[in-house]
Amino acid sequence: MGETLLMKGNETLAEAALRAGCEAYFGYPITPQSEVPEYLSEEMPKRGRIFLQAESEVASINMLYGAAGAGFKAMTTSSSPGISLMLEGISYIAAAELPCVIANVTRGGPGLGTIQPSQGDYFQAVKGGGHGDYHMIVLAPSTVQEIADLTYDAFDLCWKYRTPVMIMMDGALGQMMEKVTFKEYKEPVRDISWATRGKPANGDRRVITSLHIQPEEMERVNNKLQAKYTEIKKNEVRYETQNCDDADVVIVGFGLSARIGTKAMQMMREKGYKVGLMKPISLWPFPEKAIEDLSRRVKGFYVLELNAGQMIEDVRLANEGRAKVGKYNRYGGMIYSPDEVVEHLEPFCKELK
Amino acid sequence: MGIEVSLEGKEIVYKRPKALTDAVTHYCPGCGHGTAHRLIAEIVDELGIQGTTVGVAPVGCSVFAYNYFDLDMQQAAHGRACAVATALKRLMPDKYVFTYQGDGDLAGIGGNETLHACNRGENITIVFINNAIYGMTGGQMAPTTLIGQKTTTSPYGRTTNEGNPIRMCELITTLPGVRYVERVAVNTAPRVRKAKAALLKAFKNQQENKGTSFIEIVSNCPSNWKMTPLASNKWIDDAMIPYFPLGVFKDQ
Ligand SMILES: Cc1ncc(C[n+]2csc(CCOP(=O)(O)OP(=O)(O)O)c2C)c(N)n1
Ligand code: SF4
Repeated sequence: MGETLLMKGNETLAEAALRAGCEAYFGYPITPQSEVPEYLSEEMPKRGRIFLQAESEVASINMLYGAAGAGFKAMTTSSSPGISLMLEGISYIAAAELPCVIANVTRGGPGLGTIQPSQGDYFQAVKGGGHGDYHMIVLAPSTVQEIADLTYDAFDLCWKYRTPVMIMMDGALGQMMEKVTFKEYKEPVRDISWATRGKPANGDRRVITSLHIQPEEMERVNNKLQAKYTEIKKNEVRYETQNCDDADVVIVGFGLSARIGTKAMQMMREKGYKVGLMKPISLWPFPEKAIEDLSRRVKGFYVLELNAGQMIEDVRLANEGRAKVGKYNRYGGMIYSPDEVVEHLEPFCKELK
Repeated sequence: MGIEVSLEGKEIVYKRPKALTDAVTHYCPGCGHGTAHRLIAEIVDELGIQGTTVGVAPVGCSVFAYNYFDLDMQQAAHGRACAVATALKRLMPDKYVFTYQGDGDLAGIGGNETLHACNRGENITIVFINNAIYGMTGGQMAPTTLIGQKTTTSPYGRTTNEGNPIRMCELITTLPGVRYVERVAVNTAPRVRKAKAALLKAFKNQQENKGTSFIEIVSNCPSNWKMTPLASNKWIDDAMIPYFPLGVFKDQ
């Protein structure tokens, strides 16, 4: 364990990537994530690593494709509109099975929207966004410490499964300062025999492509991807629960909403309501089974999201109509206070009593 | 393939370069893509860089270039070859990195990536096949389609209302990051030899890390130009070269 530092979320992401051995960073400035490239533009060259400000997010993601395809540990970061521009590239990366890390420090949309925090990119992150049947692993930290830990995990998971991993955190987390301790990073064994570093003298050439023009072959590629996704769903579900054992109602929220939800849960407990909290950390794979299990015990789920209601669809799918599902949302960069959540949650709980 | 010929007492003067696979290409008869591929492969052989070269294939008729080059290759999204190549070269400065792109890919959808890679002076070789048309998708108008040229999306002939045919060499030459720019053609034997010399230089330049080398090959698309290969080669002389003059634009 290293020393405890006081750091901003965005800088923590950058520092964790450095410690995880990120060899190349490509990005294009956008608020509220610009501290990441600023930090890395200073630190990467000192370590002989590659930092390049690209001409656009379209270029960044394709540089990432090139770097990952040659077997280097690489990352890009952006915020919502920039991620929209990357989606074609992300689909290619998923299809070509390239390991890389993409962080989305989300802001309010749609359109140019606002630079204030939002969770409006949930659908985009977990339901595809780009074209075709693909998934990314999507990790959602809710504290600065978690940003550090999940960044390590993101680098490991993308290599373990040869798949893009997204760290999705809202702008408030990126800007927030908190205590953080960086664990020692253990570099896993990485196979790069498939990567394009020049044809081996006694081996076959390596090709990175997502083109499979024969439908039979494209179906086989899809089968392989789907088998990988099944494996990821089996192994990589992450979530945390608090006070769920005796709960009548469970608040479900990720990222900033989990923080606010925790406070609201405590306030509700003080008022005598048996409220628990479930925080999905892996948004894909979504903790379906945990929600399903809870749905057999609790009377209601209360889904808190800084969007118009996106993750609630996954909660409903896992709930299969068993418990009652309520929700409270703010969006467009507005954030609910714990009091405001309690004010809306209390009638929901009363009704279920 | 199939036919056994005794080589006894004979000297081999022409054979498939090592850097080409034995796959039969999908290119139409008489198409310049095949010639351009062969020239690049000959250069890779001559420089002895098969194990240290990484190529980037575009989206376009040459999307399957990776099936023909016996090299490590990446297939890039439409227009993004220069971004992919940027990362490859920066991470592997000791490798030879080249892109192979058509006019739609390089000058149309990928214009920005091309311009900025050149402006950064990426130490790569860009091979640009200008056939004045979108070959793969069935002969639609390209950024380099000539004024008056009929395509499937300019059935009345291109007018300036759809923009003027873009001269990439001239544009790229203005960028200080670029070291070497030459426009060549492959429609006659002497020009093929000149094209090879230009490509060789463009690859060798990577040894010195002095900026981008950009080779435009004025090529044909007999199928979508709706001409015989011979007529298409003549059209290169009659229509293409007057607008896209051959020669060295920059050599530093
Ligand atoms: C994003 C995207 N848009 C459009 C296409 C369809 N498309 C494939 S090839 C091509 C044109 C290629 O033309 P060019 O680069 O001139 O190469 P050529 O086929 O003539 O060699 C287009 C538009 C695509 N694959 N991806
Ligand atoms: S369509 Fe045109 S560019 Fe494509 S292979 Fe045929 S002749 Fe060549």
